[in-house]
Amino acid sequence: MKKSIIFVALLFLSLRAAVAAPPKDTCIACHAALGGDLAKPASQFEVDVHHQAGLRCADCHGGDPSDDSMNAMSHAKGFRGAPKKNQIPEFCARCHADATYMHRFNPQMRVDQLSEYLTSVHGKRLKQGDTRVAACVDCHGVHNILAVSDTRAPVYPTNVASTCARCHADAAHMKGFNIPTDQFALYEKSVHAQTLAGGDTSAPTCSTCHGNHGATPPGVGSVANVCGTCHVMNEQLFDKSPHQAAFAKMGLPGCVQCHSNHEIVRPTDAWVGTGPQSACTTCHTPGDKGYGAAQAMLADLTHLDSSLTRAAEVLNVAERAGMEVSGPKVELAGAQEDLVKARVDVHTFDAAAVRKLTDSGVEIAAKSYQAGVAALRERDYRRKGLGLALIAIVLAISGLYLKIRQMESGDSIGHRGDVERKAREV
Amino acid sequence: MNLLLGSGVAASIISFIYPALRYIIPPPVAESASNFVAAAKVGELKNNNGKIFRFGSEPALLVRLADGSYRAFSAVCTHLSCTVQYRSDLREIWCACHNGLYNLEGRNVSGPPPRPLARYEVHIQGDDVVVTRAA
Amino acid sequence: MATLYRKTLNWMDERFGAGSVEEFLRHKTVPVTRHILWYYLGGMTLFLFIIQVLTGILLLLYYRPTPNDAFESVQFVMTQVRFGWLIRSVHSWSANLMIFTAFLHMFSVYFLKAYRKPRELTWISGMLLFFIVLGFGFSGYLLPWNTLAFFATKVGTEMAGSVPGIGKWLLVFLRGGQEVTGATLTRFFGFHIAVLPGLATLLLAIHLFLVQKLGMSVPPSVERAVAEGRTSLRNMPFFPNFLLRDMIGWYAALGVLGGLAAIFPWELGTKADAFAAAPAGIRPEWYFLFTFQTLKYLPARILFLEGEFAGILGFSVGAVVWVMVPFLDRRIGFGRLTRVFTGLGVFVIGYIIVLSALALR
Repeated sequence: MKKSIIFVALLFLSLRAAVAAPPKDTCIACHAALGGDLAKPASQFEVDVHHQAGLRCADCHGGDPSDDSMNAMSHAKGFRGAPKKNQIPEFCARCHADATYMHRFNPQMRVDQLSEYLTSVHGKRLKQGDTRVAACVDCHGVHNILAVSDTRAPVYPTNVASTCARCHADAAHMKGFNIPTDQFALYEKSVHAQTLAGGDTSAPTCSTCHGNHGATPPGVGSVANVCGTCHVMNEQLFDKSPHQAAFAKMGLPGCVQCHSNHEIVRPTDAWVGTGPQSACTTCHTPGDKGYGAAQAMLADLTHLDSSLTRAAEVLNVAERAGMEVSGPKVELAGAQEDLVKARVDVHTFDAAAVRKLTDSGVEIAAKSYQAGVAALRERDYRRKGLGLALIAIVLAISGLYLKIRQMESGDSIGHRGDVERKAREV
Repeated sequence: MNLLLGSGVAASIISFIYPALRYIIPPPVAESASNFVAAAKVGELKNNNGKIFRFGSEPALLVRLADGSYRAFSAVCTHLSCTVQYRSDLREIWCACHNGLYNLEGRNVSGPPPRPLARYEVHIQGDDVVVTRAA
Repeated sequence: MATLYRKTLNWMDERFGAGSVEEFLRHKTVPVTRHILWYYLGGMTLFLFIIQVLTGILLLLYYRPTPNDAFESVQFVMTQVRFGWLIRSVHSWSANLMIFTAFLHMFSVYFLKAYRKPRELTWISGMLLFFIVLGFGFSGYLLPWNTLAFFATKVGTEMAGSVPGIGKWLLVFLRGGQEVTGATLTRFFGFHIAVLPGLATLLLAIHLFLVQKLGMSVPPSVERAVAEGRTSLRNMPFFPNFLLRDMIGWYAALGVLGGLAAIFPWELGTKADAFAAAPAGIRPEWYFLFTFQTLKYLPARILFLEGEFAGILGFSVGAVVWVMVPFLDRRIGFGRLTRVFTGLGVFVIGYIIVLSALALR
């Protein structure tokens, strides 16, 4: 009796275990079997971050996943279907704008994407009925949505620019919007794009300056603020400089005026001054204060740059000659820093401020140059010392040679002459 | 003949012994300044202040906190190697190049820097605030 | 001068019989043949070794054997200590020169068959000295703790791990752990300044004693010619004739070392960083290049043996054969067997040169 009770109990438990398999999901099952485009959502959904979180088709689209029949997709079962383009933001926001719901999955998750999106150019135009603009799924994907931190995601920092470029670089798509389509091409040439491609994910991409959900180009008056989130010193100095008020009055876009917005390349000293590549001569003319300041700043920067080069060259010669000059090289790095700071201080547009830094740098470079010259002098001293020692050695060797000749004068080595005589003496 | 030999040998021996003797006498700076540096004098740095000094081949930062204790870090920013500085107003370590921030443990807390600053040990030795590399 | 010498000698003789030693040494001769140039190599190697000991002791006044300090202390010697650059560069150059003359000395003895009876033990003690000298080179190379040395040591000790049987233990023993760390540096320093010098002194005493006791070997061809009455053997007294010539060579070596130190100073490099990637083209010092290159060429498997294992095994067997040559080369100087060994020597030299050249490409 006891034995049979145990047997039944075990059977019951194992059946329960078998039954506790994943619940039936007819959405995936049917759509996978349909093949072609209709099967794509089913196969893509495997990697989707929503799937990983335990959500199923029905959680977004409604309907009844346990129902085998077409009834699963009926209004009665709460089926919402695939949203139209202009319904997409609200479709996603059903969960993503619900703080209580989202915090079940990720307490730190932001829930303002929809409200931000509605402030953006994309959001506003979508509301007006333009379906060419980007909505959630255009950037994030639809059934294979990956987390932003996933390097394969279209919104991972290194991929953002090409995601935006899908529309913004497509001249045919962008027809009628009256904005340029060369931003991506220009951005690719920029130092920011190259830094990002080099693995520094702190480098800015489209969304860094334009925002991601509330994407709007910064207004002319706020460009400097945007650049200034990283380039703090340049912004602060620019704000205190005479250019800030002047640019604001003329409606010029701050940093972009000289540095461009998308094709931000590494500036050279020639951008200052009055030469062919100068940014200053766009507005300044010979005789005005700015023209003079530009000339003075370029002269100082060039002076420091050439002092650095001269010192570095002599130190390199000394090093190649075998002298140990790592100390002066480190000191020279201080002068290099002064040059960097001087170039930043160009944004004060005050020649005196730049002069202060270049003077400090030139002084250090001069000291390093002297150290290099001293090292070369030491090298020459060593070679002279070597010469003297070699003379002494040659003397000794000739002395030895002549001594041997003298000792062995006569006939065959060692049998006669000095040695025999000495042996007899002793 | 013997004179030539003798003088040659003597001259050559002097040219070997002289350097060796000068070598044995220790140079004025008896220690290399790359592991052990007197960064400041006691009392030189006020509270809530910082000072850049050279440590080996790189700049380093000595910080005196508001409570009078000292901290020392490598001053080479872990982003793109600019020299960082102490900000008394923020009470944090700041990098002017791209607005990176480190807290007083050296940890990167804001901006581009990907890693904390290397931390050094500080001891008071007589009149000197001495910085050494961590053991 | 002469009477002072006489007086000192008498004083020592009255106390511990120095006179008989001096008498014995005074009769030391060197055979004068067309091969006489090779006879200078042993003394040259010994001279360079003494240079190493002297400059090494001087370096010891400033060197610090820890990862934190080693590189900086060498930099200190090169920049702050007066004539430190000279002492350090001479030490590094002389090390290489000594290993080169040791190679030449070994091969000249081999081809002149000076290892034949009764000088078998001289050959064996000399071969052991040679291995010790290579050990000096390998251990000393790490001491400046720069990038090249660090990775060359890594590669070298890795090869030691492939030695049959004791490989794993040997690797841990050499490295002082599983990886190359400060423990390796401490260990190598101990080997370099204590263990190896002790062993070298002992073997050198044996080697030099045997050389004095057994006298200078005469090349087999000359011996045969004398036996057949075709020529008479000329001998040169060691003191003072050969010695004065030796001194010319030693002075020339000093001149060369000084020139190298002043014009081609030994590099400092950059401080070793265990976590950085190995720079491209890491290779050991020139005297290990041929083994290194051989192992690179070996396939992953040879018959049933792993490639590297087979390579190390091959070199080990080769080394044993080379050391045992006095006992294997019967009827030295006559017949075909001896020509086999001469051919083997030529092959070994050629192999070393060719593979070293390939490694440098």
